[in-house]
Amino acid sequence: MAEFKFLQGNEACVEGAVAAGARFFAGYPITPSSEVAQAASVKLPPLGGYYIQMEDEIASMAAIIGASLSGLKSFTATSGPGFSLMQENLGMAIMGEVPCVIINVSRGGPSTGLATKQAQGDVMQSRWGTHGDHAMIVLTPSSVQECFDQTVRAFNLSEKYRCPVIVLTDKTIGHLRERIEVRGPEEIEVIDRKKPDCAPSQYKSCAPDDDGVAPLPSYGDRHLLRINSSMHGEEGFLNDSPANATALVRRLWDKIEKNVSYIGKIEGYRLEGAETVIIAFGIAARAARRAVTLARAGGIRVGLVKLLTLWPFPYAQIREALDPNCRSLLVAELNMGQLVLEVERLFKDKKILRVNKWSGEDILPGEIMAALKEAGC
Amino acid sequence: MGLTYRDYLREELFPQMWCAGCSHGISLTAVARAMAALKLDPAETVVVTGIGCWGKADDYFKTHSFHGTHGRALSFATGIKVANPRLKVLVLMGDGDGVTIGGNHFIHTARRNIDVTAVITNNFNYGMTGGQYSSSSPEGTISTTSLYGTAEPGFDICELARAAGATYVARTTPYHVTQMDKLLAEAIQHKGFSVVEIISSCPTFFARYNYKVTAVEMMRLFKERAVDRERYDALTAAEKAGCFLTGRLHREEKEDFHTKYARLQQQAKARAEREVV
Repeated sequence: MAEFKFLQGNEACVEGAVAAGARFFAGYPITPSSEVAQAASVKLPPLGGYYIQMEDEIASMAAIIGASLSGLKSFTATSGPGFSLMQENLGMAIMGEVPCVIINVSRGGPSTGLATKQAQGDVMQSRWGTHGDHAMIVLTPSSVQECFDQTVRAFNLSEKYRCPVIVLTDKTIGHLRERIEVRGPEEIEVIDRKKPDCAPSQYKSCAPDDDGVAPLPSYGDRHLLRINSSMHGEEGFLNDSPANATALVRRLWDKIEKNVSYIGKIEGYRLEGAETVIIAFGIAARAARRAVTLARAGGIRVGLVKLLTLWPFPYAQIREALDPNCRSLLVAELNMGQLVLEVERLFKDKKILRVNKWSGEDILPGEIMAALKEAGC
Repeated sequence: MGLTYRDYLREELFPQMWCAGCSHGISLTAVARAMAALKLDPAETVVVTGIGCWGKADDYFKTHSFHGTHGRALSFATGIKVANPRLKVLVLMGDGDGVTIGGNHFIHTARRNIDVTAVITNNFNYGMTGGQYSSSSPEGTISTTSLYGTAEPGFDICELARAAGATYVARTTPYHVTQMDKLLAEAIQHKGFSVVEIISSCPTFFARYNYKVTAVEMMRLFKERAVDRERYDALTAAEKAGCFLTGRLHREEKEDFHTKYARLQQQAKARAEREVV
């Protein structure tokens, strides 16, 4: 049954995880994500679930991978330097094709940086932080309700594609309190990993179906599961042949990048007739929305595309949403310009404007308004 | 089920990938014999490895397996075991994997008393990357990154395990195969974190640089230098340094993590129900 609750973004992530069926959390305390761990430590044990506080973020990421393979939907939460430590085993989850969810409540960097302050500096770390060629799913809530909804979606995508999924929030969204609707498992779509239906002797851990995804049993099932972080063949055994490496890295890429139409999600606001469109995610999208309302009231033809999926970058969806009159795009983000690089790469036909801030403070609607005016919009 | 040790091994992959004279093949079949002796169900057994020569061992087992990043095997194993306590989880690591890069995970797994078995083959160096010194290399070790010797002492893995809270600790050598089989079976049966250190030979690097002997002579050395607790305690400090203390070194009955956590879950559930009412 749906309930209305007044929650922090960090707490809403845990509500979403539990509704999606998560029963295992491993983590290490770090500001500003610690409330995710605290809420998980309260919610999971009474449900027969597990909260385990590991010795560091490397071990936290490892433990959720292990628990997921034993059949429990698993997640962790972190921020800044902790997210950096998770990169090694994030790659493990990609290569081993292990469903799991990472809540990254971003803060100012580099290094320990601004522990208690705001930033969106992990646009590129969330996409390319772990080494090697890989695809990554990164979802970006901009409200407490969306923390709930996007965490549910993160679990569903991770189960569907056998991959890690990052929920990228930020310090302000994580600590913001709003009234939200917490829906029960019966009121939301819950996707579970597909299990093998062949005889155990026929099962191969890494042999994909037509959708590029192999069925996944749990440790303890009769189908023997072989997970391998090194380059492996369909049976999960080491295989470093050039042909196999080429095919495996391609498949891991394609199962995400060829499904952008399903994974990608954006929300448009006042796009009709918009000559300038702001592209933003997270808390910056909230400021941008206000700026659009103010600008429209002043007769400036501006709209907003809010990204709910940051990666894979929902290019086609954005392109389709733009009004034919759109001539320029303004990317507003709390960093020195990361998302804007992808926008510049893909929208060479538009004039690209930037609003950036990395002081530890949020972008204000007035600052976006000022940038619009300065650009002659 | 009438399984023999050969039923746990993928013999079609033999000969093994390790160097001629490496003792890992002896350890591999000893682990398989322990599985057979305990009649482990391959579908309820998970072999977890990290990176290194011994980290290749998972490929040879017909059980569930997990081959992951360097040094993190015990952290993966913690998640695997906690989420499904029915599983028998064997974690195969070398000295580099298990107590050097993975040292932090090792002491914390011991402290938590997670019910998994760590089988640590200690050949006192990184074999796979070309014979560099590790945290178990004795002071003065000659290796490819310490041609002038090392200025740091090595860990005593069994002492480390015991001090950190492991509830079963044993050491053996590749010469003492019967003892190895027995200790491995005991460790796997033990409820709680169990550690079996297998002093191992790396004829390609450590043995060649330091003992300056062949693989066969290494076996003689294991035979002569392995001593049990009683004999060891009677030795002088200088004599002890040249010996390997072997046998079961520590065993205690203590509730494992999962037993305690299951109780905590019950209490949390009861409290949550009370608070709803």
